[in-house]
Amino acid sequence: MRKCLVEDINSVLAQINKAAKVYLPVDGTDGKARFEEWAEGKEWSNALNTERSAKDFFFPQTENLMEFKTEGKNIEIIDIRSDKDDFVIFGVRGCDVRSFDILDRVFLVEPIDSFYKARREHGIIISVACGRPSETCFCGAFGIDASNPAGDVTVWRTKEAVYWQSNTDKGEELLKKVEGLTDCDEAAVEEEKAKIKKIMDKLPLANLSTEDFGAGKTMELFDSDKWKDLSESCLGCGTCTFVCPTCQCYDIKEFNAGKGVVRFRCWDSCMYSDFTQMSAGQPRLSQLERFRQRFMHKLVYYPERNDGIYGCVGCGRCLAKCPISMNIVKVMKSLGGKDNE
Amino acid sequence: MQKITLESLVEKAVSLLENGTVTSVLGWKKGEFDYDITPAVFESADELKKDFVWNDFCGANFSKYLVSKTCKSEGKILVFLKPCDTYSFNQLLTEHRFDREKVYAVGIPCEGMADINKVKEVVGDGISKIESNGDDLVVTTIYEDAPVKVTCKDVLAERCVNCKSKRHVAYDELLGEEGEVIASERFDEVERLEKMTPEERFAFWQNELSKCIRCNACRDVCPACTCEKCVFDNPNSGVENKAASNSFEEKMFHIIRAFHVAGRCTDCGECSRVCPQNIPLHLLNRKFIKDINEFYGEYQAGAEVGLRAPLVDYTLEDLEPGEVFDRRDNNA
Repeated sequence: MRKCLVEDINSVLAQINKAAKVYLPVDGTDGKARFEEWAEGKEWSNALNTERSAKDFFFPQTENLMEFKTEGKNIEIIDIRSDKDDFVIFGVRGCDVRSFDILDRVFLVEPIDSFYKARREHGIIISVACGRPSETCFCGAFGIDASNPAGDVTVWRTKEAVYWQSNTDKGEELLKKVEGLTDCDEAAVEEEKAKIKKIMDKLPLANLSTEDFGAGKTMELFDSDKWKDLSESCLGCGTCTFVCPTCQCYDIKEFNAGKGVVRFRCWDSCMYSDFTQMSAGQPRLSQLERFRQRFMHKLVYYPERNDGIYGCVGCGRCLAKCPISMNIVKVMKSLGGKDNE
Repeated sequence: MQKITLESLVEKAVSLLENGTVTSVLGWKKGEFDYDITPAVFESADELKKDFVWNDFCGANFSKYLVSKTCKSEGKILVFLKPCDTYSFNQLLTEHRFDREKVYAVGIPCEGMADINKVKEVVGDGISKIESNGDDLVVTTIYEDAPVKVTCKDVLAERCVNCKSKRHVAYDELLGEEGEVIASERFDEVERLEKMTPEERFAFWQNELSKCIRCNACRDVCPACTCEKCVFDNPNSGVENKAASNSFEEKMFHIIRAFHVAGRCTDCGECSRVCPQNIPLHLLNRKFIKDINEFYGEYQAGAEVGLRAPLVDYTLEDLEPGEVFDRRDNNA
């Protein structure tokens, strides 16, 4: 365990930035935090979480995959990848750290997504424990410990000091390069962890149960008559899917860049009317079906294929952002039977 | 803060259901917390008594739901309309977007809605309860032993700070007292933008619109956006894009949308309320409203059913296009 004083955090970040480019949550002009590239004078936000999730670093909203140039009958395919350098994402919360594991199980299984993989290998994650979680937080329901988040390095921030613990070789390598971190015992961190656990127990969603979901529940839940009420006022926008750290669907398209064709991919949303549109049309014709797809995917299909791990991390962004305040917690409480009453 | 009580709304809804005037009720449904309220259709007195809610967070404008609800339903639907919602209601009727015969509209007074983000700026996260007490909201959090008092006025949503009317322009029945059209200061921010140099204004919008995640929430909530198939959702249109392929497109989406709703936007403010990136989208629409007022005389979309909007009308007094061109020199 290492530590530095709170007022020294900027000089520590400056040193880390010498080893690899640092991104951290910074308050914007609207007072909301977003990940930005570190620079002298940028302050680490006090916000609990960023408006957009940290998945952007590994799975950006849009990315160009390749370019094509045609000359006569020849087509030249140009690899335009440029991810060569390590980078550090500082200040990632436990929920978002877990989201990377969930994305890995999609992008790093055969056929491996080499674009995602390259960024994942170059990324070093410094997580931070949650000193002041929100009423919308429910990471505990998915077994995430907000007092002790995963990542290459874990950081705890108290009033006076910032504590650093490396969890991986990558993390240890990085911390070794930083001067100004002093060794310390674990007493202060243990105290902070206990404090956070106490808060987690007091959260309004602390007892949210996943008991009625997971592998094997498809037949039971798919035809529930509750989907109608739940999806009744859904606008069909993509807010929940785009602020979600684990939503992983994308579309691949091409555009004419003038001198050639660029193939790009962008996030897609199961809430959209043309999602997974095929030559025979869209398989989910109503908003009820599209709405159901999103929650069944997170709570049933994903765990079915991934050793029981749920496709939600309880970050609460959809709770805060849905225009009609419909969200996975309301779905779980409505469908979840007596455990969630 | 709201003068009309939850009990009186539930009582009205139950009596209209029971006497057969309506078969369903479009209202606000209780959430997990006191601020996360979902629009819902209620079909029984029991449902209404259990889950119906009316408080300072019932901001959602129900008018647009009438397009799909009246299309499907056999019976009449009761809809509660705040003054600003009634303008959207009229505008949709003007555009023949829903069946008036299938709606029973109850106008309800509104003292302005609170913005939970503003509440959180004062009290922080961890809210476990919000109660209304006179002019205050009493907020309990898991972090403080004593509840924190917040003055409603300080946490009003932007659109309510600049409320343009407390008068209902449509209803079958009115509960509570009728209000007046207000001389609001809603164009102040537009004027501030007009005074900027073109470069400053471009930078302002670039900063705001670059935050856009193309979730389409602004479009999907907008009562003026009721095309059955939006051009941006049509893979055959050639302009469909789930993400901007460059920064220019980002701006184009919102500017095209603003043009499309020009003269039809009632300034209900739903676009900015729902934006997950806090982009002040209503300012684009307000600029159009302000220009229309200045070019063709005061015009409020939705003030009456059947109004002919200046942009689809012609009078001899209409401004010459050249005059618009000349305004460029004034940075406006």
